Amino acid sequence: MAEHHSNDGRIAHAHAPSYGINIMIWLILISLTVLTVAIAGIDLGRLTLVAALLIAAIKSAFVINYFMHIKFEDLLFKVFLWLVLLVLLIILVLTAFDVFYR
Amino acid sequence: MSNNANTHILEHTDSHSSGHVHRDDYGSKMGMWLFLFTELLLFGGLFVLYMAYRTEYFTFFQLGAKELKIWMGALNTIVLLTSSLTMVLSIVALQRGNIKGSIAWLISTIGFAFGFLIIKYFEWSDKFHHGIMPGGEELLNMPQGVKVFFGLYYSMTGLHGLHVIIGIGLLTFMLIRILLGKVTPDKFVPLENAGLYWHLVDLIWIFLFPLFYLLH
Repeated sequence: MAEHHSNDGRIAHAHAPSYGINIMIWLILISLTVLTVAIAGIDLGRLTLVAALLIAAIKSAFVINYFMHIKFEDLLFKVFLWLVLLVLLIILVLTAFDVFYR
Repeated sequence: MSNNANTHILEHTDSHSSGHVHRDDYGSKMGMWLFLFTELLLFGGLFVLYMAYRTEYFTFFQLGAKELKIWMGALNTIVLLTSSLTMVLSIVALQRGNIKGSIAWLISTIGFAFGFLIIKYFEWSDKFHHGIMPGGEELLNMPQGVKVFFGLYYSMTGLHGLHVIIGIGLLTFMLIRILLGKVTPDKFVPLENAGLYWHLVDLIWIFLFPLFYLLH
């Protein structure tokens, strides 16, 4: 990490930008969309929502990690993101307790 | 702290020419993420509201969802996912020094964004036509639970639609910046940040779609 390198900055961008991986991710996302619509057609009762949300969570993990590049960012970005998700989860769970046991 | 920021510039950007210009790409991206976190909490609150009302009016939510056309929601999901891909490709092209390619992908991203709004327009006007809108004749005669469902549907997809419109503005601004040579292969973080915003719009739709359309 010496200050004097001028052209090494480019190399430091280790995760070389590539088209292929993103097209792969897109194909996975489209497949998951088709899957979630197909599953919605089957009556799974209460599990329908769980399945739909599970697929949505997997899809968002792909979007956040690859499209939004979090996988390749500094640890600080990941820590912040997990903190925000944790806050959301806490709000959701506490509200759920109120709603379900009223 | 400033020392820290400087090392990050070296690590995170291709900026090798800007020896004397102060630029903090790391901080810039962090700022964008902090803003996105507030957006997540904004929509998160609405999702909590959705959960509470869905628990109270479960059967009515199913009834309301039957009024929505799955294929339209699915089509919009695919349109947004594809726009997210073209957004990423625009950034990759710029990072690789392919400015023309970057512009072309960015324009197609904006095109898909308009496509999303057009589909949404047809969807809403079809509902409006049948009197299913806030204060609409038909909706007022429906059970309370269905009213709540459509109230949430219009406010959440409406707020999301507003984000799509803002996104179009932001991407158009970036397009102009690239054309003016202000955003370049050496200085692509502004485009990355605009991309982050656009992906957030996609991210929220990923949850809106199953929660409103796939409730059978």
